[in-house]
Order: sequence, then structure tokens, then C-alpha cells
Amino acid sequence: MEMPAPSPEILARKPRIVSRLSGVLPEGAVISDEAETRAYECDGLTAYTCPPLCAVLPSTTEEVSEVLKICHAEGVPVVPRGSGTSLAGGALPTADSVILGIARMNDVLDISYDDRTIRVQTGRTNLSVTGAIEDDGFFYAPDPSSQLACAIAGNIAMNSGGAHCLKYGVTTNNLLGVKMVMMDGTIVTIGGAHMDAAGYDWLGVICGSEGQLGVVTEATLRILPKPEGARPVLIGYRSAEIAGACVSDIIKAGVLPVAIEYMDRKVIEVVEDHAKAGYPDCEALLIVEVEGAPEEIDAQLGIIKQIARRHHPVELREAGDADEAARIWLGRKSAFGAMGQINDYMCLDGTIPVSELPFVLRRIGELSDEYGLAVGNVFHAGDGNMHPLILFDANKPGDLETCEALGADILKLCVEVGGCLTGEHGVGIEKRDLMDVQFAPADMEAQMRIKDVFDPAWLLNPAKVFPLHISASRREKMGHAA
Amino acid sequence: MLAPDTEELLAEAIASAETPLSICGGTTQGISTDGNPLSTANLSGIVLYDPGALTLIAKAGTPVAEIEEALAAEKQLLAFEPMDYRTLLGTEGTPTIGGVVASNSSGSRRVQAGACRDYLLGVRFVDGEGSIIKNGGRVMKNVTGYDVARLMCGAYGTLGVLTEVGFKVLPASETTSTLVYHDLDWSETAAAFAAAMSSPFEVSGAARLPTGAFETQHACVLIRLSGFTDSVAYRCRKLSDLLETVVGRPPEQILSGPEVNDGLWKKVRDVEAFAGMDADIWHISMRLTELSKLKPLGKLDDFVFDWAGGRVWAKVAPGTDVRALLAPFEGHATLVKGGTNLPRFHPETEVLAKMAGALRSKYDPKGILNPRLMG
Repeated sequence: MEMPAPSPEILARKPRIVSRLSGVLPEGAVISDEAETRAYECDGLTAYTCPPLCAVLPSTTEEVSEVLKICHAEGVPVVPRGSGTSLAGGALPTADSVILGIARMNDVLDISYDDRTIRVQTGRTNLSVTGAIEDDGFFYAPDPSSQLACAIAGNIAMNSGGAHCLKYGVTTNNLLGVKMVMMDGTIVTIGGAHMDAAGYDWLGVICGSEGQLGVVTEATLRILPKPEGARPVLIGYRSAEIAGACVSDIIKAGVLPVAIEYMDRKVIEVVEDHAKAGYPDCEALLIVEVEGAPEEIDAQLGIIKQIARRHHPVELREAGDADEAARIWLGRKSAFGAMGQINDYMCLDGTIPVSELPFVLRRIGELSDEYGLAVGNVFHAGDGNMHPLILFDANKPGDLETCEALGADILKLCVEVGGCLTGEHGVGIEKRDLMDVQFAPADMEAQMRIKDVFDPAWLLNPAKVFPLHISASRREKMGHAA
Repeated sequence: MLAPDTEELLAEAIASAETPLSICGGTTQGISTDGNPLSTANLSGIVLYDPGALTLIAKAGTPVAEIEEALAAEKQLLAFEPMDYRTLLGTEGTPTIGGVVASNSSGSRRVQAGACRDYLLGVRFVDGEGSIIKNGGRVMKNVTGYDVARLMCGAYGTLGVLTEVGFKVLPASETTSTLVYHDLDWSETAAAFAAAMSSPFEVSGAARLPTGAFETQHACVLIRLSGFTDSVAYRCRKLSDLLETVVGRPPEQILSGPEVNDGLWKKVRDVEAFAGMDADIWHISMRLTELSKLKPLGKLDDFVFDWAGGRVWAKVAPGTDVRALLAPFEGHATLVKGGTNLPRFHPETEVLAKMAGALRSKYDPKGILNPRLMG
């Protein structure tokens, strides 16, 4: 994985840049000591590290604007950072970049239950948005698995999803308005507490633009009344094909579960050792959860169980109470942690049409054999968002490269069957060089033109998303003080 | 009139055009711009329908009715319930799915399920230079690259001409019931909407029709519930109890079953109440908590509320500047019918207008796609 060489001009100007930034920020908000900038050398994709030139931690939108004005004038690239939980390297710095961390901006600004909206500063964590409203019976729906730590700013940058988006959608479906600072320091407000923003759907394109269009400092989010209840069932099958057919039949039957999660044998075994959730001995395990009134739950689970039985499950277990529900979810929720305890792993994120599940799972098994690296599968089956976990040994020379090659082949497979490279983690640097598998040059040109409008000098998070050779000519202006 | 029957021919037509083109879907929305008409009518047909994956892809000129029929056969639907403008505007023609996307047209269920743009999975389009561009695809979760598809939704053809659109579809409801409340005043209406939408009972529509639109003698606040039969019955009871604490009485009627509800909610969706009126019709997007700002515009019966007050259709005397009377408010107002010197779309802030102009000049450097339509 290649990153652009740092600009010697910028590195030479570090004292001046740091001094200018310190001039517009409170004491302690500029981190330039080399030992301390290491805290920002990577995000959740820990295989790649590079300390930034410096990091800044503004507390207001106006401070963000002042920082960006200076960086714009100095021609310094800026890497926005939420909580640094990106799995795609979205917040990976270069040595000549300023990390703009939003963590100090985490206030709730406004709650309107009548409009069902909340306005927050975007450094606020995903879970604490719900935390601010749950006592009144409301919640914020997108629930990425990092929700305890991840910031709304990062959720917007990556258009984060979660386990429950089959019913509630992803971030873009729950974002009503933003206050954003553009690279030249301009502060812009888009949308608000009303349901549809006017004009072009800027919100739609800002969401998921991986911090390349602006720094979102405030967000108005749609909140929802908590459902009366939820109940999962656990269904074990002898094969991936049967589980895939069951998922398809559930969806066709007119039931819309909030979540359909899938785990294969590899993951089930590790999770059992780790969390002792009491999962059955089987090749494929589904957790299907429905929500609503008790009658609604009974009706939906009745249909689901009927379909599940038609496919002859190894086990079919319905949660009788909250404890049993928690046990059903326990293994799934600890899957990533459990896998991490036994091995290094790389977590992929391709999405496929649900109907291709059996074929893709079989093909992943074949690729796993060819490359000699084990792959565990745990993912959101309802929406086809796969999370193959490739196990490798980071200390074994060449293993990371083999793992990346296998990962690339799996993602190409996802695109071949009509899917995409990333369903919720983002492109970042991780999938950047595979973009031309999914997009023709004209498709990428259409995307890059949008960045040209927001950030003509290509200073915001510049070396991400688009293959370097494709964005090269646009990034030439970097490094030169205006 | 240009009406190419392949995407390639459409691209050639745009590449070779030197003068403005007026992009047409079904021409039912009463929007026309100066220029040579370019129709997508001959780009028609469902390309892929995978009910088990809740996915449908169709060419832009496909009639909405054809798509709805195909979905109904599998007991599925477009959850955002696209509006049919012919009723309100008295237009003719056949609504196309491309026109629905280009205008981000959504109906009553938008309040629960989201707008057209929320169900859009991907598009193919031709930009102003004749390049064929694809974005998104056929899967529900996709964050690969920028979401250009959503940007095309609601852009009214000014950034490119849609040739193909893909949607997430949803299962149709087994049954529907509507609670009907007569003659609630401003504050009762707002309180009923807020209470219903803040309840866990999954309201799939919340509207108010003026006197005479549904009941001859009464204005009606309508709260809709959809889903499985037992569940709808249960939620009807619970919601009726809840709203009794707000409006002080049970609903005057509960309408059950698809027949009566389909017709009723089509009236709401298509704003039948204001069809054929000699008045200007405005569409206002606003927050429920600012509903009282509408009072200078007219009496309660001069409005149709949908989306629990988030969408307001206003009937005003010809020439009324609704934006001026509402200001300041959080939202925007679109002149849908009538008016003379007022712009159709809500004027944007200086920054956003500049960005829109910059984007247009990149997607349509010749300035030929529906020029002057959006700002």
C-alpha cells in the first residue's frame, strides 16, 4: 500500500504552521511533539501507521474554520478524525498532514421529540446520542459495532451502518442536516430538522465522502421511538446453501426483520470457546430478530419459524425472555473480539446480492484453500453485507501480503456477482487501489468532480478513496503556500 | 423531440447537442424548460427484479404503473409511495420511474419509511458531455466511492439524464387501518401528529384533509397503521387509547382493510383536495413544531398536511409570496402550480447556490440540461 511522499516544503515549514495553528486555538489544542503525535499515527486499520505533522483538537466550529483557513493558505493536507475507529484507514495521516480531531466537540445542542430530531456536535459518540434520549423512549438507529467509541463525524464520513439497518437504514437515511466547514474555512449549513433538504442532495453526497468534502461539526439526526420489544431466534443449519435459502425465503415472505445475522462454523467454534453462548454444532447459524408489539413479534416469528422448519434446521431456538435473547446475541456481539484473541485477522466488508450468498460463501472457501489462510464468515445476511475475516500471522513474513491478496480476490468476487467492495466500512486506503474493479474511469471522474467543487486544491484527506495514479494530477497543488 | 431507444444513442444525442435540451420523463409534473425535448420514454422495461433480495432495477422511462404491478404480483411495493402529479396538476402522460427519481417524489409513507432517495440503490446516467456514468448498484449497503446516485435524485435532470435506476423494495403490508379524527384545530392536529409519531406503534401515514376532501362536513386527521392483521388491530387499540389522552376522545371512525384505505391514501398522496382549484399551490417542507407559522397564509382548510406536518400543501390566492409570509422558518417552499414571477424552487443561500453552479458547470459544461430549472 502506497501513500504519497510527504512534501519536503511542508515538513520544513512545520514550526511556522504549528505556530499559526496555536495562534487560533486554546492552549493544549495543538499537539506537535513527536512522541505525542504518535497517538494519531493510525486508526482501526493498524497495519499502517504514520505520525502526522501535528494534530489539532478544536472546540468550536469557528475554530475548525480558522484551522482550515490556515491549512488552506499553507497548502497543508488535512486528515479529519472522529474517534479513529475506521477499519479502512480513513484517518491514516501522512507525515505532512494535520490531523483535525473532532473529539472535543461532543455536546447535544437540541432535542425535539415532536419533530423526532436531535442536533449534536459530531465528536459525540454514536451510543451516547441514544444515551441522551433513551430515558424518554427514543433511540438513534444506525448502530455500527464500534458504537461505544465511534463518533457521529466518522459515521457521516463513512455512511456507517450496523446490524439493524435492514429495517432502519444506514447513516444517510437518518441524517437530516449538517453544519460543515469547507477546506477554505467557509461554514455552510445544509438541511435541518425538516424532512427534506432543499436543492441538490448535498447531504447524500457528503455522507460517505470519507472526510474529503468538508469537516462536519454539527449534525441533525432523525431519532425514533423505541419499539415496544424485540425478540431474536437462533437457527442452525447443515450448510451455507440452506441458510442462504432460508434468508431469501424469509424476505420473500413479507417479513422484515430488523436483523438477520450469519455466522459460519469457524466463527461459531471460536465464539463458543470464548463466550460460551451455547451455540449449536452446525455449519451455518442465523440470528433473526424482529421488533414491535408482542402480537407483531409473535406473528413475525411465527412465519419465520415456519420457514426455518421447512429447511430442516439443526436447531431452532426462540428467546423466551431478555436473558435468553442476550445469550443468543452474546456470541455474535463477541465474534470480532473472539477472533482477535486467537489470531490476527483482516475484516473485509463487501456486499453481495442476497441471492448470491451460497455461491459466494462456497467460492470464498475455495479461495481460502488456494491461499492457505483460514477465513471465518460473520455478517449481516439480510442485506448481503459480508464480513469475511481472514486469519493471518502478522509476525510471519509475507503473511500480511498473502492476506491482502486473498482479500482483494474476495472483494473482486463480490463485485463480479453484482455487489460492491465495501458495504459500511468505507474505501479509505484499504480498498482504494481496487476502485477500478468496480468503477470505470468515467465513474470515478464523476465522483472526483464533486471533490473539485468542495475542495479544489484537494487538501482534505487527499490520498484516500481514489487510486493514487487517478487522483495524481489533482493533488499536485498540495504543499505550496498560497 | 428526441427519444433515443438505447443508452448509447441517448449519450450520442447529448454529446452532439449544442443547444438546450428539455429532459422529459412522463411530462406529468408540469415542469418544462426551454429547449429541444429529450424523452426517456423509449428507454423502458424492468431490467432485474429479485424479490428475495428486495431489489428492482428498471430503465428510466419505465412507467411507474408497470413497476408497481410487477411488485404487487410478489406482494411487494415501493415503500416511498411515489406521488402521481396528474391529479393535482391536471396533466396528462404516464409517470415514469426516472421522473420519480429526478424529482425525489415520495408519498405519505415517507414519514415512516423514508423518501425515494432513501430507497435508491444505484443509477446509470448520461452527463452533459455525453459520458455514460454508473454509481451505486443493486445492493442495499454500499459505501464504495461517493454517493452520486443520491445527488442525481432530486436534481431534475440538471446534472445528467437518468437511464437506469435501482431500488430497494419492501414487502407490502397484509392490511391497513386508519384512525379518523374530525375537525381538530391547529394545536390539536399538531399534538395528535406528535403523539402518534412519537409512539412505538409504527405509524405509516399521518395526514390532515380539509373539509369536503374525504368527509363532506368534516376535516379529517388521518393516522394510518400497516402490517400484519393481528398487529394492526393491537396497535389500533393502543394508539386510539394514547390519542384519546391528547385529543380527549376516541377516533370518529376506524377504517379497516385495503379497499377503503387505498383510495383514501391515494387522495392524500396526490393532493386530490386541491385538484382543479383556481389557486396557486405550494409545497412546503417544514418542521411540525413550526406549523403555526402557516397561519398568515390561510385557514386550516387551506392546507393539506402529510408526513405528520412535515409536508404541507398550501392553496393560496394567485401571486401570494408564500416564502415571504413564512419567513423566517426552517424548511423550504416550492411553487408547484400557478404563480407568475416567483421562482419554482426556494432560493438557496449564497454558498450553496455557488456550489450548485460549480457542480453544474462540471457535470454539464455546455449548460444544456434543463438550463435555469434549479437556480
